[in-house]
Amino acid sequence: MEHIISVLVENKFGVLARVAGLFSARGYNIESLSVAPTLDPTTSMITIVTIGDDRIIEQIMKQLNKVVEVLKVVDLTETHFLDRETALIKVHTKPEHRDEAIRIADIFRAKIVDSSPSTYTIEITGDVDKVEALINLLRPLGIKELIRTGRIAISRETSRTDSPRREPALLKT
Amino acid sequence: MKKTGAEIFVESLRLEGVKTVFGLPGGVVLKIFDVLCQQKDIELVLTRHEQGAAHMAEGYAKATGKPGVVLVTSGPGMTNIVTGLADAYMDSVPLVAFTGQVSTDLIGNDAFQEADNVGISRPCTKHNVLVKDVNELAQTIKEAFYIAMSGRPGPVLVDIPKDVSIAKAEFKYPEKVNLRGYNPTIGGNKHQIKQAAEEIMKAKKPIIYVGGGAVFSDAADEVRELAEITQIPVTMTLMGLGSFPGTHPLSLGMLGMHGGYWTNMAMHHSDLLIAVGARFDDRVTGKLSEFCPEARVIHIDIDPTSIKKTFHAHIPIVGDVKAVLRQMNVMLRSMDGNPAEMKALRSPWLKQVGEWKKSHPLTYKQGDKITKPQFVIEKLFDLTKHEAIVATDVGQHQMFAAQYFKGNRPRTWLTSGGLGTMGFGFPAAIGAQKAFPEKLVICITSEGSFQMNLQELVVAAEHKLPVKIVLLNNGCHGMVRQWQDLFYEGRYSASLLGNMPDFVKLADAYGILGLRARKPAEVESVLKQGLKHKGPVLMDILTDPYENCYPMIPAGGAQHQMMLEDPPELKLAKKGGAHKKKVDEGEGVLPA
Repeated sequence: MEHIISVLVENKFGVLARVAGLFSARGYNIESLSVAPTLDPTTSMITIVTIGDDRIIEQIMKQLNKVVEVLKVVDLTETHFLDRETALIKVHTKPEHRDEAIRIADIFRAKIVDSSPSTYTIEITGDVDKVEALINLLRPLGIKELIRTGRIAISRETSRTDSPRREPALLKT
Repeated sequence: MKKTGAEIFVESLRLEGVKTVFGLPGGVVLKIFDVLCQQKDIELVLTRHEQGAAHMAEGYAKATGKPGVVLVTSGPGMTNIVTGLADAYMDSVPLVAFTGQVSTDLIGNDAFQEADNVGISRPCTKHNVLVKDVNELAQTIKEAFYIAMSGRPGPVLVDIPKDVSIAKAEFKYPEKVNLRGYNPTIGGNKHQIKQAAEEIMKAKKPIIYVGGGAVFSDAADEVRELAEITQIPVTMTLMGLGSFPGTHPLSLGMLGMHGGYWTNMAMHHSDLLIAVGARFDDRVTGKLSEFCPEARVIHIDIDPTSIKKTFHAHIPIVGDVKAVLRQMNVMLRSMDGNPAEMKALRSPWLKQVGEWKKSHPLTYKQGDKITKPQFVIEKLFDLTKHEAIVATDVGQHQMFAAQYFKGNRPRTWLTSGGLGTMGFGFPAAIGAQKAFPEKLVICITSEGSFQMNLQELVVAAEHKLPVKIVLLNNGCHGMVRQWQDLFYEGRYSASLLGNMPDFVKLADAYGILGLRARKPAEVESVLKQGLKHKGPVLMDILTDPYENCYPMIPAGGAQHQMMLEDPPELKLAKKGGAHKKKVDEGEGVLPA
């Protein structure tokens, strides 16, 4: 099953290599990865999308917690969360396709952020399904270049009653 | 007053209570070595190879419980300690390794003797840091020692560029560390400990399975108390040996691939497994799907990643073994079982285990022609009893030593368990002897392992460290040869060592006493003479090249399906085939 794991780390050089190395050394998969400083400039948030059964995810959580520079690990999939991804899509636009491209972008509330006589560059932000749906619709027009940020995610502020499955003991506080 | 990085380094080590540093100099650490030679509090043991330094530091750390300290130069100096770091990481040995690095302005330029020390060591250290600013040096050293020693111990590497060792800063050694992401759990969860105690009280066929964690947390007394008040038999992993007396009536000795028949049978039939600071290594479990099929599992470990990594645990307890067992023993004592009742509850189980032991004890047949390795270890144990610290290398001799040398105290059994590093034993013995100059330190090794770090003989001679090297010389990589006999139809690919140095002359060349025992009848006198000798001594004991180590769980086999002796076809081959011819004619693997 796919899991989105937020890893709060010290904002120091080498930390990303340590986290990424942990995945490669133990044969875990990284589907996507995003890193940036948080509000507190001494820390960074790494968002990792990974796939594994419960046993593997438990090991990943524990192994991440063991890293000295890791401050907190949360498996967002165990809670209610929002995830977003941004993609920049450069599509070929023959004269007869330029209107079509604009219409498709409009449907998805995507923006055209760059334009040349033969291309549009479209910016889209949304969950994975939305981004993929847009890519699929643009594909017949001819995609020249595509770049995606990887996913970021944040927990929702709700007071729903379902409790997370994992023991809180796994989380460093 | 401002101090240079090198002065800060030495002063920090002094404040950490470091007495001995194992290392070898080089270009970028000259400044540090220059300061080292101008003071007397910290002694440098100059090794002849950096790998030797790393293993000496391991031996020192394993024997004392204090961190072992290594100081080497950049590039090849660092890469040569990688095996030692990986070994220490696998076996949770607290090491602090300081490596030199090229000046910060040269890093990344492929400078002379540059290597990415932090990158190379990342997967084989608990933590590592490149110090880029002399103002951070003291704090980093403080943290390095703290991380190496706390929680599950392990190696930490601190990389010091040349310009950082020369630059000056105000020196103030921090009193405490402040690592917000690092906070090992010590006390276990009370509720879970209570639950565990309740299971222990009612189990009919329980077994305690102790690993190296019990040694590192100094929990030998607590393990013994647990076993005695509950009358539960105790088995130890290779790393756990010594944490419970090997001669205690409740001791089952080592378990796993070359564990006793009775031990593995007891594991297989147990209804409650109490894992104490052990990590369910594949050499212990054999085939996981058939491991302890009937047992409920209590797993105590300070490292949460060890729990449920390979095997399930019904009652996981994250915490320091000593602290957890203390709490558990108090609970067990307060529960309403009295010792007589306890004995009665356990007696059928203990009787059953005793029967297994009686029906299939460890055996070997010592004739008068050729010395059996087991015979040497038994003799050595008889002669030294529990007074010795034993360091071993890796292979058959290590397993024979684990089976026949029944140590009684923790920190007297130094071996490379997880990584299985040949070449570990001799330098480790030197490190232990350096820590305890007055104690008897024995290195049980073989010609294969010994030749991997024999250059350190000169260190034993130079520092007058009276290490007793018992070299079981069977002329081959015995364990490899055993597997080839059992699983590769006796094709000895690269396992026979052929040309062999004359170890007695070799010892002589290094200024060390060398002795040799060719025949079984000579073994005792050579051992006696060697043990009596005041200085270091190398005893070259020629042993049977074809002796195999049993019991044996074949790789991937279930723990209760052990091989107890040579299979019939191998016996036949030994009787009339190539083996016998080789042995009779003294050719092939036997040293001339």
